[in-house]
Amino acid sequence: MEVVGQLQKQYVDFITSLFREAYLDDQYVQLQKLQDDSNPEFVVEVVSIFFEDSEKLLNDLASSLLVSISLFWVFILCLRPSLLLMVVLFFLLFLFQLYSQQQVVDFKKVDGYVHQFKGSSSSVGAQRVKNACVTLRNFCEEKNLDGCSRYLNLVKQEFYLVKNKLETLLRMEQQILQAGGTVPLLEQVPLLWKQ
Amino acid sequence: MDKNVVFSRLRRLEKNERLDNDLSSSSDSDEVHVLAVDDSFVDRKVIERLLKITSCKVTVVDSGMRALQFLGLDEEESSDGYDGLKVDLIITDYCMPGMTGYELLKKIKGSSAFREIPVVIMSSENVLTRIDRCLEEGAEDFIVKPVKLSDVKRLKNYMFGEGRTKSQDKGFNKRKLQETSPSTSPSLSPTSSISPEQSSDLSSTSSPSTPSSPAFQDSPTRRFKSSNQD
Repeated sequence: MEVVGQLQKQYVDFITSLFREAYLDDQYVQLQKLQDDSNPEFVVEVVSIFFEDSEKLLNDLASSLLVSISLFWVFILCLRPSLLLMVVLFFLLFLFQLYSQQQVVDFKKVDGYVHQFKGSSSSVGAQRVKNACVTLRNFCEEKNLDGCSRYLNLVKQEFYLVKNKLETLLRMEQQILQAGGTVPLLEQVPLLWKQ
Repeated sequence: MDKNVVFSRLRRLEKNERLDNDLSSSSDSDEVHVLAVDDSFVDRKVIERLLKITSCKVTVVDSGMRALQFLGLDEEESSDGYDGLKVDLIITDYCMPGMTGYELLKKIKGSSAFREIPVVIMSSENVLTRIDRCLEEGAEDFIVKPVKLSDVKRLKNYMFGEGRTKSQDKGFNKRKLQETSPSTSPSLSPTSSISPEQSSDLSSTSSPSTPSSPAFQDSPTRRFKSSNQD
């Protein structure tokens, strides 16, 4: 069928571009190999678990880098100071927390979360996410809060990018199947793009 | 385990390379029963599928404690503490909160009832000292994550392909150090033939082989055929 052929070609082009741009790596192909008629939804299931897991991890990560800030503000508000005093205190504390965060953040905990994230992204083949996690872990080891915050943003960004790509990819697979075709599988990632 | 069980297992392995394995069939002593331990939900799903697709019975747990509970090893060490089916292989993640894979390994190897069960460690970090430590403690093999189908096939075949003998040279596979391509089987020259006499106990000879001796060398052509396609 003309339609199926076209859909398949679009699919191959798209997934090839994902490999080329390192959104996905060979591990994704490995997952596809585990899917068959007895388990036709395997990749979707794994990817869904990855999405859920990751959202939770990103939340945990964000909050573990932030907890020290909120405590100070809560403390101030509880004192019920006069307006002027409150302004002064807020200002002082704003400066103080920049210093104190370095001491208060539990980098070991943050590292633990990132390690988990690195593991799960590697298991689904989300290469760019994994690489960003590796760099983020280095910042954790150095206890570099600024680096951590910046790279957490990058990790988050990469995650949402690959999430978007994967959702598109899986949707394209569905379209092919609904049109009566089969999803073409890359045997393995072409050497050119393997890293 | 006597000869007959081994050979019936061989026949089964040949027939059921990629079967929709209905694991609701219980007490099937022909199938290899693997206990997989990993704290990551994603990895649990993947390893479970990998093992099922290679015709293993799988029990997946999320922590070392649960693994010990399943084995019946948590509180007291009773010699017949099997909670259900006999476990033929334990495959565990290294980095886990609470009890690490290494600690789990030590507990298993420290138990008279269970130390004969081969234990394989998985880890995302390819750290030589970690690998050595695990092997010294009695781990059968060390797999670098992410785990692929070829890893599981290779593992299963060299451990359970020809019988449960451990007299053959069982080197570990530092896959990531050796190669870049996913299909890892080099051309095989089967050195030792199938030795049907296997010890009834899987004595864990924890002698870490040198890195240059991969496990491939000691297995026959059948494994070559089955693992080569990946």
